[in-house]
Amino acid sequence: MRTRRFLLGACVPVTVACGGSEPPATAANPTTSPSPRAPTTEADATTGPKLVRAPESGGVVVFAASSLINVFEQMWAAFKDQGGNPGVTITANYGASSQLRTQLLEGANADIFASADLLQMELVAKAGLVDAEVTTIARNRLVAIVPRANPGRIMALVDLAKPGVKFVTTPADVPAGAYTRAVLRKLASDPQFGEGYDTRVLANTVSEEANVRQLVVKVQLGEADAALCYATDVAGVPAGEVAVIEIPDAANVVAEYPIAVLKSAGSPATARRLIAFIRSPAGQAILASAGFRPA
Amino acid sequence: MPSRTPIVAAIAFSCLIGLPVVALLVRSLGADIVGTGSRGAVVTAALVLSLVTSVATLVVAVVVGTPAAFALARVPFRGRAIANTLVEVPIILPPAVAGLALLMAFGRRGLVGAWLADAGIALAFTTSGVIVAQCFVAMPFYVRTARSAFEGADRDLEAAAMVDGATGWGAFRHVTFPLAAPSLGAGAVMCWSRAVGEFGATLMFAGSLRGRTQTMPVAIYSLLETDLDGAVLLGTVFVMLAIAILGATSWITRRAGGPGRMSDRPERSVGGR
Repeated sequence: MRTRRFLLGACVPVTVACGGSEPPATAANPTTSPSPRAPTTEADATTGPKLVRAPESGGVVVFAASSLINVFEQMWAAFKDQGGNPGVTITANYGASSQLRTQLLEGANADIFASADLLQMELVAKAGLVDAEVTTIARNRLVAIVPRANPGRIMALVDLAKPGVKFVTTPADVPAGAYTRAVLRKLASDPQFGEGYDTRVLANTVSEEANVRQLVVKVQLGEADAALCYATDVAGVPAGEVAVIEIPDAANVVAEYPIAVLKSAGSPATARRLIAFIRSPAGQAILASAGFRPA
Repeated sequence: MPSRTPIVAAIAFSCLIGLPVVALLVRSLGADIVGTGSRGAVVTAALVLSLVTSVATLVVAVVVGTPAAFALARVPFRGRAIANTLVEVPIILPPAVAGLALLMAFGRRGLVGAWLADAGIALAFTTSGVIVAQCFVAMPFYVRTARSAFEGADRDLEAAAMVDGATGWGAFRHVTFPLAAPSLGAGAVMCWSRAVGEFGATLMFAGSLRGRTQTMPVAIYSLLETDLDGAVLLGTVFVMLAIAILGATSWITRRAGGPGRMSDRPERSVGGR
């Protein structure tokens, strides 16, 4: 473990600091373990401003799936504003859930982990890093996207298997890549698409990008002809830059977003308040307006 | 009495640099060598691809870069000062910016890429794209060193050769080139090592696909999530490579009677400009 830690250097620069100059809550304040390790209470969110703050630095570090970037940035603003936590600094590190899992298992300190699939959360929990219960905050589904100019002339899902199509996805251990493969498998069992549809589409892969946002960018730029991404990812793209092809519910997946406070949390009480806020009606409304389905 | 502070600083600095390298090597000793699943295929494909692309980059650098460097050093032409600055830009540029710039230029909707696409030439997501990224990032290292070498070569010796009846080409071949050769060699090694280590621009411009665009650094990044031991072992290969490169460069320059470390050369020539 000791010798492994420095390897993280390769991933850590990805950290997106959105909370100003406050340093991330790392082992720097191991003594700030607040006395009342109260279980998560839903009331926290609403009574937030009146609560007596635990003697925490106020900084919360969130490791979150990259598909949550836009909605979580809104969430932080609402948590500070509506939730009445103006003094809390939230630093988020977005990436593929599998990459975040690797960072956490290799010793990165964070307060909260929000994954885009159950598996990555399970791996983190199995390593004994999760402090309390895991709860689901939202659900999502996949769509296919193509660039506005549609250079691959993809009119329907079946066209993804045409030879020469430049398809991009992520490695299979990244949630978006795992869901993509699952959807393609389901479609392949439909005679309309034909056996081997999934292998034909995957054979068109020109790149396995690091996370789902990279896929969207590659399609948006017109470099790739098509990709499967979350329905919510399209909201972040300027109107008209990509076209969406819906995937029928029968062949779609339900992407579940679990969230949990971590044992390495430097501000566990604030972290719990933040999760409670995300689960509160106010937080759920923000997720819903971004296109996420309720938990 | 000389202060000890510089010595302490030197030791502290060496530790700072040495520790991560040692840690990587230590970690690799405990790594599972055989690995599981697709590691063998991933590593082999990455090694072969890195070798092929970096050698291709080196060939382009030497074939195109040598005459270019000569012109930049010796042949006056309009805009030479601008050209001299431009060729050094990628040395300073962060690789991510290089990748972005390449996408804007050679991407399918890029400045030039749109025409290339019409002509049926695609660079993004292809092995050629990897080579383009490596050339962009690594060639300047060769061109800069070569230019300095041509600037530094003794003109009197060339003039003497010409007086003795040598043609321009003859003087270059028998006088200028041998004089510049050690520096060209050091520049080539530097260029190749930059090419083989290229990561950011490759990932952004060429993507990551085993056997096509997934070079060694990109493979390490990708293995990190699934096979840490594999990443560590591949990283160890790089450390060995770095040591070998430094040794080779030192040998090239020493053999030519130049200063022992390649870093001395560009520095000296920059000062001489």
